[in-house]
Amino acid sequence: MIIELSHYNAALLFALCASTVFGITQRNNPKDMFRYGAYCFVLFAAGVIVASWAMWLIKH
Amino acid sequence: MANLENTATVSRRSVKTAASPAGSLATIAPIAGWLFPGLGHFIQRRWIRGLLLMLAVFIMFFAGLGMQGKVYAFNTGDLLDILGFVGDLGAGALYFVARAMDWGAGNIHRAVADYGTKYIVVAGLLNIIAAVDAYHIAIGKKK
Repeated sequence: MIIELSHYNAALLFALCASTVFGITQRNNPKDMFRYGAYCFVLFAAGVIVASWAMWLIKH
Repeated sequence: MANLENTATVSRRSVKTAASPAGSLATIAPIAGWLFPGLGHFIQRRWIRGLLLMLAVFIMFFAGLGMQGKVYAFNTGDLLDILGFVGDLGAGALYFVARAMDWGAGNIHRAVADYGTKYIVVAGLLNIIAAVDAYHIAIGKKK
């Protein structure tokens, strides 16, 4: 089975899985786990957008 | 004096008895967690955490394969290939199944396939983090 994902969707799926693991493993109680996971996800997603705009600016 | 020695012997025995199950769990949990993602948490009755970790690693690994990512074989060539193999190996049984089934041949003609390769490596690395977390729970460092 071949999965067709755009680069952005692939980055979001990566962010979702990685932040889930980070949240669970790096914090002690469920509330903090959720908050840290959400924080990591936002950083990943925002990082992708910032990096893409940076590349666009470099190109132009 | 004799009483003191007896007390010390008894307390040593009780410490040994109390430490023994945790000690074996501290060995079994990370190995189980490495072999099958989430199992290290399941055997310690952390059902939801185990399930979420299992889903995260499985989704990353199989999404990587679906994107036609490459599964590294053992090699002594390029440093990045060696590191790729080490990362892939972190996925435990998933890696061995993928190798046995000859999955993950890679596809250099698709840009997303390179993402897939990274997905598979990172799935292994995340699984190692999860296995270390299972160890921390087993030794009581984490609840």
